[in-house]
Amino acid sequence: MQETIKYWRGVEELNNTPEFQKNAHNEFPEFLPVSEANGGEASSQVAPRRDFLKLLGFGVAAATLASCETPVRKAIPYLNKPEEVEPGVPNWYASTYFMGDIYNPVLVKTREGRPIKIEGNALSPVTLGGTHARAQASLLSLYDNNRLKGPVAKGKETSWQTIDQEIRTRLTGVQGRVVLVSNTIISPSTKSVIRDFGAQFPAFEHVTYDAKSASALLRANGGLVPGYDFSKARVIVSIGADFLGTWISPVEYSKQYITNRKVTADKPTMSRHYQFETFMSMTGANADVRVPVKPSEYGAVVAALYNRVAGGTGGAAIQAPSSRVAKQIDAAAKELLANRGGALVVSDSNDPAVQTLVTAINGALGANGTTINTAAPSYVRQGDDARMLRLINDMNNGAVGAVIFYGANPAYDHPLSQQVVSGLKKVGVKISFADRIDETAALVDYVCPDNHFLESWNDYEPKRGFLSLAQPTITTIYNTRQAQESLLKWTGSTSDFYTVIQRTWSGIVGGGAGWDKAAHDGVATGSTGANEPTAPAAPMTLAAAAVSINKAGRAAAGNNLELEIYEKVAIGAGQHSNNPWLQEMSDPTTKATWDNYVAISTTTAKRLELEQNDVVRVAAKGKSIELPVLIQPGQAADTIAIAIGYGRTHAGQAANNVGANVYPLVSVAGDGLQFVNTVTLEKVGADKPIAQTQTHHTVMGRIVVQENTLANYQKDPKSVTEYVRIATPDGPQKPQKVSLWQDYEYKNHHWGMVIDLNSCIGCGSCTISCQVENNVPVVGKQEVLNRREMHWLRIDRYYSSDATREDGGFEKMENPSENPSVIFQPMLCQHCNHAPCETVCPVAATMHSTEGLNQMVYNRCVGTRYCANNCPYKVRRFNWFNYANNEKFDYQMNNDLGKMVLNPDVTVRSRGVMEKCSFCVQRIQYGKLEAKKDGRRPVDGEIVTACAQACPTNAIIFGDMLDQNSQISQILKREQGERAFHVLEELNTQPNVTYLTKIRNQA
Amino acid sequence: MQHVSPIREPLVTGGKTYADITEDVCRQVEAKPNVRWMMGLGVSLVLLGVFIYSVYRTLWFGIGEWGLNKTVGWAWDITNFVWWVGIGHAGTLISAILLLFRQKWRTSINRAAEAMTIFAVICAAMFPVLHMGRPWLAYWVLPLPNTFGSLWVNFNSPLLWDVFAISTYFSVSLVFWYIGLIPDFATIRDRATGPIARRAYAILSMNWTGSAKHWSRYETVSLILAGLATPLVLSVHTIVSMDFATSVIPGWHTTIFPPYFVAGAIFSGFAMVLTLMIITRKTFKLEDYITLEHVESMNKVITLTGSIVGVAYITEFFIAWYSGVEYEQYAFINRATGPYWWAYWSMMTCNVITPQLFWFRSIRRSLTATFIISIFVNIGMWFERFVIIVTSLHRDFLPSSWVMFSPTSIDVGIYVGTIGLFFTLFLLFAKFFPVVNMAEVKSILKSSSGVSHTLNPGASLHGTAPNNSHKHD
Repeated sequence: MQETIKYWRGVEELNNTPEFQKNAHNEFPEFLPVSEANGGEASSQVAPRRDFLKLLGFGVAAATLASCETPVRKAIPYLNKPEEVEPGVPNWYASTYFMGDIYNPVLVKTREGRPIKIEGNALSPVTLGGTHARAQASLLSLYDNNRLKGPVAKGKETSWQTIDQEIRTRLTGVQGRVVLVSNTIISPSTKSVIRDFGAQFPAFEHVTYDAKSASALLRANGGLVPGYDFSKARVIVSIGADFLGTWISPVEYSKQYITNRKVTADKPTMSRHYQFETFMSMTGANADVRVPVKPSEYGAVVAALYNRVAGGTGGAAIQAPSSRVAKQIDAAAKELLANRGGALVVSDSNDPAVQTLVTAINGALGANGTTINTAAPSYVRQGDDARMLRLINDMNNGAVGAVIFYGANPAYDHPLSQQVVSGLKKVGVKISFADRIDETAALVDYVCPDNHFLESWNDYEPKRGFLSLAQPTITTIYNTRQAQESLLKWTGSTSDFYTVIQRTWSGIVGGGAGWDKAAHDGVATGSTGANEPTAPAAPMTLAAAAVSINKAGRAAAGNNLELEIYEKVAIGAGQHSNNPWLQEMSDPTTKATWDNYVAISTTTAKRLELEQNDVVRVAAKGKSIELPVLIQPGQAADTIAIAIGYGRTHAGQAANNVGANVYPLVSVAGDGLQFVNTVTLEKVGADKPIAQTQTHHTVMGRIVVQENTLANYQKDPKSVTEYVRIATPDGPQKPQKVSLWQDYEYKNHHWGMVIDLNSCIGCGSCTISCQVENNVPVVGKQEVLNRREMHWLRIDRYYSSDATREDGGFEKMENPSENPSVIFQPMLCQHCNHAPCETVCPVAATMHSTEGLNQMVYNRCVGTRYCANNCPYKVRRFNWFNYANNEKFDYQMNNDLGKMVLNPDVTVRSRGVMEKCSFCVQRIQYGKLEAKKDGRRPVDGEIVTACAQACPTNAIIFGDMLDQNSQISQILKREQGERAFHVLEELNTQPNVTYLTKIRNQA
Repeated sequence: MQHVSPIREPLVTGGKTYADITEDVCRQVEAKPNVRWMMGLGVSLVLLGVFIYSVYRTLWFGIGEWGLNKTVGWAWDITNFVWWVGIGHAGTLISAILLLFRQKWRTSINRAAEAMTIFAVICAAMFPVLHMGRPWLAYWVLPLPNTFGSLWVNFNSPLLWDVFAISTYFSVSLVFWYIGLIPDFATIRDRATGPIARRAYAILSMNWTGSAKHWSRYETVSLILAGLATPLVLSVHTIVSMDFATSVIPGWHTTIFPPYFVAGAIFSGFAMVLTLMIITRKTFKLEDYITLEHVESMNKVITLTGSIVGVAYITEFFIAWYSGVEYEQYAFINRATGPYWWAYWSMMTCNVITPQLFWFRSIRRSLTATFIISIFVNIGMWFERFVIIVTSLHRDFLPSSWVMFSPTSIDVGIYVGTIGLFFTLFLLFAKFFPVVNMAEVKSILKSSSGVSHTLNPGASLHGTAPNNSHKHD
């Protein structure tokens, strides 16, 4: 047995001192203070029983106390406070929203370094402070948990260094053409980065396409979108263009359009708006004259219109097919001619022949220079269908060596997605900048996730002469990198993109102070020329257009069922599919959420024996999709309409498998895409309920919304609104004269709101803005089906009905007309001065403030729902479940990242609590505090609710009704007895929200 | 002096003596539970289980488990609440108002009717708590001193009045019922053989000895409580109706509601009493105490109140038309012809048409017919509340918010579950408590037993069994 080596514990053991021996068997050889505390030497060896019990008792008590305490989540103050960040005080940054769809300069509100709200940038001469719902909601995409957390190479997460190295190696040795595929890019600096990047390769091409293409419009106008100016138009004829909701630049157009739609007794004039369209679009819903036509008739309508206009202006007529709607075309043409210089015709058709004629009509009407600003054409659509189709071909022929996708997702949103998929297999190097593994990115080698726009520097030139900037409002949340930076890296450039932007802008705003001002304002004027078309496709001749239209007209004759493929206001082309706010935003006209569907007219549905929610198979040329039917009043007979943007498979939790992808049904005709098709319908025999937030569509002859004609208004502004009178012994009286109530006295402020039904276009920006501002939860499709959506502000949409109570009774009044007129009514808490909800709450959880607000005290609410029952406006929303931290509602409020979007000034409500519009009381308080700090009263316009701020048409005015000079007081004074009315005035609820009667300029 | 009406039917038949009454009523308390009772209790307990499960789902996940939505904030919950409260009306009416009116036929049914009242009010009281979004804060509706500063309940709210009305009604009914039970408990105590039963009934009987002083106090308290309870019969459902009447919703905002609700409550209460009594008299062989005369009397009340309710229904339509208010008119036309027409016509058939059959004496005195019609009335009265609550709410002022309501399985579970709760309580009551008020039945024996002892002085009303020596009957 080998003797083991002995190790000493220390020199003491080696020396074996007596002291060591004494302590050798002690567990703790050192001196422990415990024993001293226990009474020194005498009891140093063992803990006495009493002390044991004492310690035991203390231990148990301490453990119990500790377990009783709720876990504390500490808010840690800044160790080194960033200079600009003041806890509780928001910082605002100017930025720009443009995700290949809608251009919208914005201001971003950040709190403690995180963006929590987006507002319009009022300094922008393009959008004038308006916002689109998509821009409002884009904030949530920043906190999207489904975004990539870092670069991915061949399906594996990797580092930027590795991926850069690999990509650069592969690109250097690339065989064949290098192609960058993108949607429209309006960033001059990005374009210069792409140009520099491309210069490295012998053959480089930048292919631009747009999912909802405007190629034909571009071709007919020299590669540019004409600089439409609806504010100059007294007569507007739109053939299919949803210019208020989705087409080209809706925020800009809404702002312009509405200037001629607002009426006052001093200016009792309005533009007249004709809309020839298939699907009931939001724009069509606002038209004075709406004519349902089949998509195949667009050509005939435009040709007929052209001939009438040419006839009136001395132009040459073309041969035109006869049109079913000649009478309406005549009327429209007559007015266009009578308003030359104030007339505008627009169309969203992607048929070059139609667009050629539209351009010709506008030319003949003298629109150029008047209703079309020739100095400021728009760049926001640059997609070229032909080049994209050629690229798909080339990929399949193996002619493409490398392809880079930047913001483009053709494997999803191109009709030839199958060919894209097969073509990609033949491409050597495939790179995507997608922020998630989307349908295209799933097929590429390298995914280099791009930043969200709120994390990036960028610049934009939406129109000639107009520029704007985007600046980061937060450091990148994930390990992502802006696409431009990636391209710069791969070019071998050492400068960053910020420098590139400054360089681009230096010639326009100068450096230093000029740049600082530009970054501060977010917008500037000047032109870079980067977006000018280089080699626009040759326009069609009139003769060729005429031939094409006649040919199409003949082909369309007959009773084929035609499909029109349209874009929804909320979802767009599909970029926003994974945004639960937008998924749950109810469509302006159909009021549907969380789905696309087959919109079909009442008569056609009857003919085909279809009912709402019946699933049908829509088939065209071997491709088919299955969707439920939605009966849509106003839809042209023998047509159906389906929205793009749905049926995503790789977008994320909220979007995947919602609806069906209709892009494959887009027809490819020659070198262009047509968003129409001839289809067959077949009942599948299943049912799929569509989640609509409104299922009753007519107003049942009630005067909850009021409208009248412009002719009547011009005759007597006092005659357009119906006022209810209550019969009393002293004759008919205003309802407020007959009251049992004591009125509140308002001494300081009396907040109120005016909503102009004439200005409201129903776009829904306010709904989303309110949702963002007030932490309104998303509840999902099933809960919307259960009629429990939580929106504090909804937009009621009523269709007219042919029936009246006299001739058919209530049942017939429930049916909308075949081609109804439409009215939108934003409906929110009316903040009644005699609120029915306030009296019935047993615990006084809802009560009246001294400033006229109807307040909801969440932590007092026990949830009897009596207030909601007794609310005549049905604006109260109940928390049926916990919507935060609940697996069943796995939207933004169920993960830490998503919760960053919550407004810290607004409580997240728990289950069992009632909630409703608060008139953004947090903003009122903030405004009052700011004013108080300065020792002044709040200035009118300083305190604005989220809805009023977002409205692109200024339909909502908020302010202090006690301030005689405030805008709201002025309007109320002006409109009293004319257009101002309260909804359900006869109930004597005395709302603080006043509506203004809608005036229609009926022909 | 004894007067036996030659016209009136006797209220106790079969020539019962005091001893027979004691025997007949105590029999099921003292005997082993029979199979039918066990089966009934089994079914009730299963339903009670359904109730507990449904309540668990509601409390754990939230009111979203129910079928309610943004427009229809109350449906089955408050329908059930009003239905149960209504059922709970017969007890007090029988014991209080009929006592004041000296209606002797009340004596053999008042015990069960009062018990039913209490159990129905217990079932009803579940709903105001359960329907709250945050029921753990239900005590906030009580005007308690608190640490919230000057925070107080809202005395304007009819829901608060409900709290007072229901709690008062429940307390008074409970006390009234219990006081009535004391002499009978003493009887059982004295007869009890087992030590547990003796002890239990001794506690329950509160040392009742049957002394004249006790009887005097008993009579006085009964009269006082009857006086107190009488306004409650009218007030409780009046206040419940004000939940609706004081609101602005067309179909709710109706001044006719208080009398109409009270009539409806008595109507449904009597129907439920009949349903239960017909079963009880059969199961416990109490045909001599609950006679066809009783059934007929109650059927007469049902006919009267059913007719009042019918007139009220028609009046509502008249007023809607006469008012010229379009919302009101629509609300009523929508009731009759809208998507919930079936509920309305179920109500009309069950509540207005079927009770009219009681104009026929043969139907009035037929147990089968009475039983069926009483069930119809119960169903009809449930639909009445459903019609008032749901069809008024689902299409109110703004057509944009019009919706349909459909219940979930949890809604159904809670409703069916309260029936389970009710019958569990009632069956336990029927087994362990005397279902007929022995003391009071004995008090009418001399005047209304069909045996005129003045004509037969030899016959004694006392039992002949040698061991029978009750001092306090």
